[in-house]
Amino acid sequence: MISTLHVEPLFLLSYTIAAYLIGVWLQRRTKVALANPTLIAIVFVGLLLWVTHMPYATYFANVQLLHFLLGPATVALAIPMVLSLEHLRRGLVPTLAALLAGCVTGAVSAYALVRLCGGTPQLALSMLPKSLTTPIAMGVSDAIGGIPSLSAVFGITAGILVAVMLPSLLRLLRVTDPAATGLAAGTAGSGIAAASVIPLGPIPAAFAGVAIGVNGLLTATLAPLLARLFAHW
Amino acid sequence: MAILRAFLVLLLAQLVGEALHRALHLPLPGPVLGMALLAAVLLLRRREPDEALVTTSNGLLRWLGLLFVPAGAGVVANLPLLRSAWLPIVVALVVSTVLTASVTALVMQALQRRGERVVMEPLKETQP
Repeated sequence: MISTLHVEPLFLLSYTIAAYLIGVWLQRRTKVALANPTLIAIVFVGLLLWVTHMPYATYFANVQLLHFLLGPATVALAIPMVLSLEHLRRGLVPTLAALLAGCVTGAVSAYALVRLCGGTPQLALSMLPKSLTTPIAMGVSDAIGGIPSLSAVFGITAGILVAVMLPSLLRLLRVTDPAATGLAAGTAGSGIAAASVIPLGPIPAAFAGVAIGVNGLLTATLAPLLARLFAHW
Repeated sequence: MAILRAFLVLLLAQLVGEALHRALHLPLPGPVLGMALLAAVLLLRRREPDEALVTTSNGLLRWLGLLFVPAGAGVVANLPLLRSAWLPIVVALVVSTVLTASVTALVMQALQRRGERVVMEPLKETQP
């Protein structure tokens, strides 16, 4: 029946968007980084699947529309990157060096720590792109043999971690430079962390934006090589 | 009309990215190649991206968090794995994230001190 064909996606799309909006409202009300809208929506969807015994594959097929838009949204990251690059030309060499150092540290330590603590290679490969913005993290994870949905959750969690602890970490390290602050946020915690440094001013915001794009490109290029190196461990 | 054209630009950039990914067996995912291509084209033209493209991109990026939900909810399918491997997951997430942020910030601050400090003009409208 045609009518029943349309009910499931309609209900699941509405439910997902409503859950996300509740998350946005909670974040505005509480101003707590842990009240992340994406995280809250995932919890709501998880509860729904648990209560109704709906398989995850059924849910995913019905909200495919939202997932599809991740592609053009990833391409759209080019625009904030280009707009902020205009302002960073002079600091290009330190910026690229810091990004490369952060990118390699993030990918190698993520893989090594999972393996050292007894995790499987597949879990370690899913952890490797955790510093990247979610659409890139999922693509990289898929390409190197990780589990994309796990990488998405790890990436969101890493972003929340950076947003929560970056101020005290930088105080501890005596880092006061606004460019270094933005770069650290974008490289370690991508979008969620970048959102947390935007209120600090235009310099941290611009550097965080560049860090998201460039770290995504760098790690996506290096990850397959690293995965091949790690294949024997 | 202009917004529709801007959306078409994003889709076409992704399409070319996907085609390159498949044809040349490049390690970068299609949308990432599309992003790099679009950034390269915009930089080579040496003009500000047109207004409709900025508006459309900001519109998509403003709700980026929502677009992660379908994939992120896949965690429920992986709950047994998360429960059995919580130790490596927690250690890697916390320690690797602290290391990444520290190394990036320290290298940037050290290199800037040695050379010339970044001179920044005030941003116009780059924030979504």
